[in-house]
Amino acid sequence: MKKLTPIIEWGTLLLSTGIVCFFLVVILWDLISKGASSLSWEFVSTLPKEGMTKGGIFPAITGTVLLTMITAIAAVPFGISCAIYLNEYAVDNWLTRIIRASIRNLAGVPSIIYGLFGLALFVQGLHMGTSLLAAGLTLGLLSLPYIIITTEEALRRIPASTREAALAIGATQFESIRDVVLPTALPGILTGVVLTLSRAAGETAPILFTGVAFYINNPSGYLNQEFMSLPYHLYMLSTQHQAIEEVRPLAYGTALVLIIVVFLLNLTAFYIRYKRSKNE
Amino acid sequence: MSNEHMKISAHHLNLWFGSKQVLKNINVDFPQNEVTALIGPSGCGKSTLLRSFNRMHDLSPDARIEGQIKLEEQDLYEKKLSVTQVRKRIGMVFQKANPFPKSIYENINYGLEINNIPKADRPGIIESALRESYIWDEVKDELDKPATRLSGGQQQRLCIARAVALRPEVILMDEPCSALDPLSTLKIEELIVKLKKDYTILIVTHNMQQAQRVADKTVFMYLGEIIEQGNTADIFNQPKVELTGNYVKGHFG
Repeated sequence: MKKLTPIIEWGTLLLSTGIVCFFLVVILWDLISKGASSLSWEFVSTLPKEGMTKGGIFPAITGTVLLTMITAIAAVPFGISCAIYLNEYAVDNWLTRIIRASIRNLAGVPSIIYGLFGLALFVQGLHMGTSLLAAGLTLGLLSLPYIIITTEEALRRIPASTREAALAIGATQFESIRDVVLPTALPGILTGVVLTLSRAAGETAPILFTGVAFYINNPSGYLNQEFMSLPYHLYMLSTQHQAIEEVRPLAYGTALVLIIVVFLLNLTAFYIRYKRSKNE
Repeated sequence: MSNEHMKISAHHLNLWFGSKQVLKNINVDFPQNEVTALIGPSGCGKSTLLRSFNRMHDLSPDARIEGQIKLEEQDLYEKKLSVTQVRKRIGMVFQKANPFPKSIYENINYGLEINNIPKADRPGIIESALRESYIWDEVKDELDKPATRLSGGQQQRLCIARAVALRPEVILMDEPCSALDPLSTLKIEELIVKLKKDYTILIVTHNMQQAQRVADKTVFMYLGEIIEQGNTADIFNQPKVELTGNYVKGHFG
């Protein structure tokens, strides 16, 4: 029995890993086998035609890319600054503990609630209308808690001795954070930011009320106008279209493009991390 | 210790972390151009004392300090004196080598940069700091290499070079060899002895042999108090207090 235990332990872990990988492969295989045929230059570079049954998804791609950029611009600077304040400057008292707990709770709020909040605040309250900007800011709010939590986690992993090294040669606290702590924590921060933005890029619920449109006849690109996006396009094609069977390959193609966009985003972060690790 | 020039001193120094008193009425002087070892069992307050000289406790909100610490005639805790000024005059080397995740050159250059040393002077200062720390010959051809690729002993000598580059008057060393192998330790010890002609050095150590090898003076602390201080040879061979004798002989620690 004693001899068997390590094999069981090892086997359980291997099996779990295997199951996870199996489903990943199945999902990817399903997407690629059914979607690859609709991928073409025309598909990613032209407008939809004939009630979505023909043509491409160019506006949905630009819409998702621009939306993610607005989300990043809105959430990343604030999120990182907030995490720096909480981890480096704020004293540990009841107030900061409440703030931390609130941020953690915000991260658990369902995304549809953010959609309703964005509708009330940005679309109606601030008169932005249903627009790219309103949707981007809504997704920015959704992303903030994740960026704060992951950045704080990355900062907490930097040992006190690294900060002290800078302080001991006469750096101010700000200089030590700017020149030593942040560069050291950058790979961790970046990972959090990219995972968060990938998630935001795939969200449908928060943009549903705040700006996404089923069809527009130009490439999205105006902050004050409605836009198309990949996840919403996918949702419409696969459940709401009048000729669902006919557009199924297009739906799979859209899913594949969404995955590729997110993958490219991850690749950028991977590249930056790789370049940094070579310098260390 | 009376006829030497005293470089840095503490008078009636008390320090609390929250409600716990860590240093109790510390009175001590450190003579110029000598190495003084701070010894004592873990938790006796020697590192805390060392770190109060360059105001490392400034950022701990629950630390409270009373009493006086002086560098020459300058009160280091005077309100209008900036902490960066203090740290420019009092350098520090830590227990675990903590080079910045930058190149070897940048590790030293960074300190010069934030202290506004003119750009033209920097390369010369960097070279002489590396020479002074006996690491120049090992790294002169690869100054662009990341400092984290150096061995532990080289990293620690680089950290000493980083401190030396700012021409401090005092260098504080907090168990600088505790993470190093015997050979690297020996190199650092030789370096410490050579550095004392230009600097006043305070070193915290758990290693009794090390204290005897490098230190001119030794201060023995126990439970936040200074029990005995004097010439290293006297502390180790003819301690006046029984507790000191028991500690240096290794009866407790």
